[in-house]
Amino acid sequence: MSAPSVDESRAADAALRDVANAHRPIAWGRWLLWALVLIIATDFGWIVANNENFGWPVVAEWFTAPSILRGLSVTLGLTVVAMVIGVIIGLLLAIARMSDDRLLSSLAGLYIWFFRGTPLLVQLIFWYNLSTLFPQISIAIPFGPTLASWDTNDLITPMTAAIAGLSLNEAAYMAEIIRGGLLSVDKGQVEATDAFGMTRARALRRIIIPQAMRSIIPPTGNQLISMIKATSLVSVIAMADLLYSVQAVYNRTFEVIPMLMVAVIWYLLVTSILNVGQGFIERYYARGERGAGGDKAPARAMEEAI
Amino acid sequence: MNVAARDSAAAASAAVAPLVRARNVHKSFGANEVLKGIDLDVAPGEVVVILGPSGSGKSTFLRCINHLEAIDRGSIEVDGEQIGYQLRHGRLNKLSSRAIAVQRRKIGMVFQQFNLYPHMTALENIIEAPVGVHGQDRREAVAYAMDLLARVGLSEKAPAYPRQLSGGQQQRVAIARALAIRPKLMLFDEPTSALDPELVGEVLNVMRDLAGQGLTMIVVTHEIGFAREAADRVVFMDGGIVVEEGRPEDILANPQHPRTRLFLSRFIDTA
Repeated sequence: MSAPSVDESRAADAALRDVANAHRPIAWGRWLLWALVLIIATDFGWIVANNENFGWPVVAEWFTAPSILRGLSVTLGLTVVAMVIGVIIGLLLAIARMSDDRLLSSLAGLYIWFFRGTPLLVQLIFWYNLSTLFPQISIAIPFGPTLASWDTNDLITPMTAAIAGLSLNEAAYMAEIIRGGLLSVDKGQVEATDAFGMTRARALRRIIIPQAMRSIIPPTGNQLISMIKATSLVSVIAMADLLYSVQAVYNRTFEVIPMLMVAVIWYLLVTSILNVGQGFIERYYARGERGAGGDKAPARAMEEAI
Repeated sequence: MNVAARDSAAAASAAVAPLVRARNVHKSFGANEVLKGIDLDVAPGEVVVILGPSGSGKSTFLRCINHLEAIDRGSIEVDGEQIGYQLRHGRLNKLSSRAIAVQRRKIGMVFQQFNLYPHMTALENIIEAPVGVHGQDRREAVAYAMDLLARVGLSEKAPAYPRQLSGGQQQRVAIARALAIRPKLMLFDEPTSALDPELVGEVLNVMRDLAGQGLTMIVVTHEIGFAREAADRVVFMDGGIVVEEGRPEDILANPQHPRTRLFLSRFIDTA
């Protein structure tokens, strides 16, 4: 054989072996699995849609009824207010908990211990019945004169009891989430802010918290979603949230399942919207990270392991 | 710095008050005494390179100068102010963290791990302290930052995030960031130790330029070559004390102490 033809065959071989031209084998098993799952899902959907006990016409009738929408707005409003207050108090608690000051950190620890250690439902009932414990609430100098005083029953309505109960409980959980986030920031970052003579507050605001956000956001999304559902607990203290409004209807009409379906669909709708929002926020705080798909790598490794 | 300039700096150091004055500095971590009585004066404009084996306490000493570590005994003064403390009416009081933050504002620092803010671009990293801490006008700060980026050879990297830069580029941005506050004193804590060997040169070049411009620098490093070319004075530390110090040509070529000789013998190939 002459030399050129050897070269030619080598070149052809190299082209054949170029992975850019590789074919992917058809995964029959995967297609089969897809088909199977789709069939089962369709069948399940068909059964649910045609089951008269779900009372879909009733669901449709009540889905956008004024009383339901009013309940929904109470649920959403309560969630937002309780969450905002919870995050603010939680942030302060987290900073206090990490402070070198023993007094501050033990006070924060005590708060977290108490509010995480007791059921939310019990806390809500406690707040609602606060007047039986303290008939009067006063601002006063300890062991000194009273500056201002209110009747507890005037202050504690279902609304204030619900906000106090939900947000103070949420603060305890958020404190631990935020503390975890702050601890995840590289120690060198804190040193850099120290070396540049930044005050603690500025260092937290400009350097530490923005970096902590990456690990704070996902569990906070979790908390927000459980908060939406936790607001349904306030129905026990006569707060007219989504669940309470639904219950008010089925107590009259006895259409329990259809009315609960109304609530379930609304809860799912709201949490879906929140999930999308969370994705946007996560992407914002991931700026400066290498490649947008960076966070997928561990998941991919898991998939391949399975 | 040339020999004449160095001699004049040495002569000046006798007359002018030192910029840094450390006296009998002790520091322990638990039972481990890392610094066992360090005395060191650094004159304005002087470039001091601290050499020593790892564990000799040289990085710890550097971090004591801007009070990243609190010292247990002795005193450190920078620019006439005792760092971390204040003498009033014959009583030495500990300063608040806010007052210490103010003291640190005239000291620039470059870290081994760069410690750039990863969520900010190179430019934002550089103007953060001038604008946010020193209250400079933003436009002025940006102009000066671009100037500094040009000096470290990274003009086109202003909008890049730290992750998009090589280690050497990150460290050059970190040097620009430290210079942006117009420091009276620059501290370098092993600035090339975390770099790939081929990236060390670009960072040392920038530091050599700075040394030639009369900036007061204290550099903790393993780069003997840099000490030889850029230092006015070399301080050799081992076991928490200053073993010997002097002009680089004396210390590096003709060390008096056996521990210095042993340390330098490991770097014979860089000569």
